[in-house]
Amino acid sequence: MKYLPLLWAGLFRKKTRTLLTLASIVVAFLLFGLLQAVQMAFESGADAADAKRLLTTARYSIIEPLPIAYLKRIEQVPGVVGVAYADWFGAKYQNESNAFPVFAVDPERYLAMYPEFTIAPAHREAFAKTRTGAVAGVRLVERFGWKIGQPLPISSEIHAKQDGDLNWQFDLVGVMDAEDPAVRGNTDVVLINVAYFDEARQFGRGKTGWYIERIADSGQAKEISTAIDTLFMNSPDETKTQPEKEFAIGFAKQIGDIGALVTRILIAVFFTILILTGNTLAQSIRERIPELAILKTLGFSDGKVTALVVAEAVLMLVLGGAIGMAAATALLPVVNGGTGGRFPPLFVDTATWVWALGIALGVALAIGLPPALRARRLRIVDALAGHR
Amino acid sequence: MRWLNQVVQITLINLRNVPQRMGTSLVVVIGIAGVVGVLVSVLAMAEGFRHTLASTGRPNRVIMLRAGSDAELSSGVPRDQATLLANLPAIARDAAGRPLASAELVVMVDLPRRGQTDPNNVPFRGVQPAALSIRDEVRIVDGRPFERAVREVIVGRKAAQQFAGLEVGSKIAFRDSDWNVVGVFTSGGDVHESEIWADAEVAQSAFRRQGFQSVTATLADGSDAGLAALETAIKRDPRFSISVLREPAYYAKQAGVLSKLISVLGYTVAAFMAVGATFGALNCMYSAIASRQVEIATLRAIGFGGAPVVVSVMIEALLLSLIGGAVGGTLAYVYCDGATLSTLNFNTFSQVAFDFRVTPGLLAQGFVWALLIGLAGGLLPAVRAARLPVTVALRTS
Repeated sequence: MKYLPLLWAGLFRKKTRTLLTLASIVVAFLLFGLLQAVQMAFESGADAADAKRLLTTARYSIIEPLPIAYLKRIEQVPGVVGVAYADWFGAKYQNESNAFPVFAVDPERYLAMYPEFTIAPAHREAFAKTRTGAVAGVRLVERFGWKIGQPLPISSEIHAKQDGDLNWQFDLVGVMDAEDPAVRGNTDVVLINVAYFDEARQFGRGKTGWYIERIADSGQAKEISTAIDTLFMNSPDETKTQPEKEFAIGFAKQIGDIGALVTRILIAVFFTILILTGNTLAQSIRERIPELAILKTLGFSDGKVTALVVAEAVLMLVLGGAIGMAAATALLPVVNGGTGGRFPPLFVDTATWVWALGIALGVALAIGLPPALRARRLRIVDALAGHR
Repeated sequence: MRWLNQVVQITLINLRNVPQRMGTSLVVVIGIAGVVGVLVSVLAMAEGFRHTLASTGRPNRVIMLRAGSDAELSSGVPRDQATLLANLPAIARDAAGRPLASAELVVMVDLPRRGQTDPNNVPFRGVQPAALSIRDEVRIVDGRPFERAVREVIVGRKAAQQFAGLEVGSKIAFRDSDWNVVGVFTSGGDVHESEIWADAEVAQSAFRRQGFQSVTATLADGSDAGLAALETAIKRDPRFSISVLREPAYYAKQAGVLSKLISVLGYTVAAFMAVGATFGALNCMYSAIASRQVEIATLRAIGFGGAPVVVSVMIEALLLSLIGGAVGGTLAYVYCDGATLSTLNFNTFSQVAFDFRVTPGLLAQGFVWALLIGLAGGLLPAVRAARLPVTVALRTS
């Protein structure tokens, strides 16, 4: 710690140069923070998954419906402690297809299945009691400026009412939120009451989209999944049951390898930064060879001089990294506002900070070691004799 | 004339001693190559995706969906209505007098990507016999077309590349049925190449469907009047609740969200990288100037003007950035052009495969970015070099 002033002086020996280098490091880490947040948003489903939840969909394609009669049979499977179900409404709002997902659910079963969604008890009760009731995620409510109690006109691209009309109307009776920012994106839905929906729709009555099961012991997920699927084997509607996490990972993979793409971009970014910063540091050390020689003359050991040079690189990278990550953290709420809730919420989590620190140290070593080793090998006489 | 001569002289001196400053010059080149490479690659992806959807369909063909549905998956057209639609007078007919219309069934089937096990929503299209004559861009490039009334499929070239088990001669299992893959088709790189096609009647019985999702047809008269005639005929008949769109309009609509997302991501990343690289370039040009401070001061002492010094430093910076732009563009071209990627299109909820397309326009854009970075990175150091008083510059060594 006592060498900090010395390091600082060395670093800011040429102010412009150091500030410019610092700026490009800041930009690199800012980009790192932002891109990691985007990547996490694509994979957040898997992180927010509850190990005690299973998902049952039609075996051959997740868009095929399943009979509602399966509910009673799934409930009897040993180890299953709760079952909910949901159906895809195919919403079109203000003429925009899939502006947000709408699920037709049994209110009590569904909200009990997702305890991470917070909803006021009065709202919960109103939803259960109102046949035409609907509850919406807080980000949707903010995005469209909805008010509790207002009618919610939503069209369906799939389901017509008895008279063939695709325009439905619900009453907004509640708002859902979540404390964990990783979960909040999952509340970007409108839930409607299946009792009303199923009775009023023209086709597909008695069917639902998928089932969600809560199990007592996550260690038994495999056995219980198999037990459920065995129930319906060789029936016209075979099922595929899997832990929620597996389903989320599988779905994220459908989007393709966003992770690999982001990683490649970041490698290009950090490679470029490595070259830029490495060159500057090497040059700065070259210019200070006489000074280093003097340090050695004063009695600094070879090891200490090496450590000083590496420490300078570490200081610069950690400083730039911290500023960059802080900027990303500050910027993301603005980005979230800008997307208008069309995209899951982006945020920098602890893991990203840890990664950033790791990368900063790695890059610092990569660019600090070569000049540090040169400084170590330096012979005092030669260094003081030559100009360089 | 003298002024120009000075610029040429100083520039030549500068360029001649670039090899002595190889390190710093190389850093400028690499920094800019990095920015341009990433920019061009990401935009090539957006361009490829846009191209795939934009090249789908012909303006003289229409797709008919249930009114209110924006995508085939959410649409439904009953069998009897499909037949009535096909026989409307505004629809073209072939030499034998049969309507050039194909009522089609679209379902999603789960297939793993090559080398993976997770399922993907691959579109499976049941088509009527006219489908191949309507879409004359479809060519069987391997194997043969499917036979009617048997469980045979042909697969799009890109679907065959991306997903496992779609080679000619292999069997795929959907529902309680096995299907033989008998052919591979191309369709000019459009979205249909990501699909699996089979006979509509067989598909309906296998997937237990009664109706269709859409009807695709060739207009008898491809002009706006022909389209209007069809629309009027549909509107007049109370049995129909159908919307009509020209194919290009329909497919352009499907590109929407994803296309925007990819471009926004691409430009954001590139903009940040450009800022970072500009700082890097500034740094390198500053140190290049600093190491030649005495030399530049000497030139000015013997009568060279300040402006030629500025211009010559700028020329050096721009040349280096041009080289960087060329390197970045080449790397993007070599690594990305033609690479195929498949992703989930949120609008259609199904997989769409597309190729990265590094177009001349994108390369030009890459060069513009490179030059801008070079300009920004060279200007300040150049001005500084020219404004430093000669006496001060000569004294410091």
